[in-house]
Amino acid sequence: MAQHNQQQPIGNTDFEVRSQNAVCVNKSELDAPLSSNIKYAVIGILFGIVFVKAEIVSWFRIQEMFRLESFHMYGVIGSAIVVGMISVFIIKKFKIKTLAGETISFTDKTFNKGQIYGGLMFGLGWAITGACPGPLYAQIGAGATAVIVTLLSAIAGTWVYGRFREKLPH
Amino acid sequence: MLEFITKPWPWYVAGPLIGLTVPALLLIGNKSFGISSSLRHMCAACIPAKIPFFQYDWKKEVWNLFFVFGVLVGGIIAAQLLANPEPIVIHPDLAADMAKYNITDTSHIVPSDLFSWPALATPRGIIMMVVGGFMVGFGTRYAGGCTSGHAIMGISTLQWPSLVATCCFMIGGFIMTHLILPYILAL
Repeated sequence: MAQHNQQQPIGNTDFEVRSQNAVCVNKSELDAPLSSNIKYAVIGILFGIVFVKAEIVSWFRIQEMFRLESFHMYGVIGSAIVVGMISVFIIKKFKIKTLAGETISFTDKTFNKGQIYGGLMFGLGWAITGACPGPLYAQIGAGATAVIVTLLSAIAGTWVYGRFREKLPH
Repeated sequence: MLEFITKPWPWYVAGPLIGLTVPALLLIGNKSFGISSSLRHMCAACIPAKIPFFQYDWKKEVWNLFFVFGVLVGGIIAAQLLANPEPIVIHPDLAADMAKYNITDTSHIVPSDLFSWPALATPRGIIMMVVGGFMVGFGTRYAGGCTSGHAIMGISTLQWPSLVATCCFMIGGFIMTHLILPYILAL
């Protein structure tokens, strides 16, 4: 997959798909059985419970955030960033390895205009749906089954972006 | 203890727990926190259609699909077993403004007047669910991440492009809430 970037006039702008980055490929996990992924589902379950219990998945909480009527979401995102930042600092400082003993790698993101145009577009959509992609899954689980339509539409949006990516400013 | 679990959790409990997802994913498998890429993996797995952007080995990223499946199951557990018996308390100004648009059911996580199967037959319901979802999917991938990948993981690792993206998320949200949404809700 290392050749992937060279095939496209636009370079990699999506640093979340790390298997495309040869440096980050985690060799031992590639050969691991599918069941080795269950631990990620467990973390997802805990994450989903927090989402619902703290009402982060509530459309009304997102409206209150953008209407500056509540500190709740600012507190959630802000304290999550602080805890994430301290954790990453500790991992880097003490060169902590994964449980399997591998070196933890970080990918530097490079700036492109998509972060502005795409960011604005996601922001507009976020205030409509009251959900970023994570809460969409949790809302469906919590019983708002019509949100399946929103999720399918989000998948369609991702597909259309991929289809017309070369024509968009980056 | 049970009462503490069933009541809505305050931000200073939820935020740090969400922040701990960053080291948890790094430590158990050198994985970078980011949820919106799951949408790309689903495209790559189901409808790649020879589009270069979807030509990669999504199976190497399957952990991400397990993770979001977990989030969905977590939603089921929280709603079925840990549900708050009290109705959701929302800001009185928000409730008053929503009532102007005939959005009176504030007892669920999403307003059923906008997000429900019957609402799909209304113009504003279609815009909220279909157009809103499309913008979330298109925008997050164009930006290369969402609240988790950019705001939390990106800023945690001191990536300034993620800070730019996060500011744009917020600007877009303020524009929609204050300048555009009132017109959509009035439909």
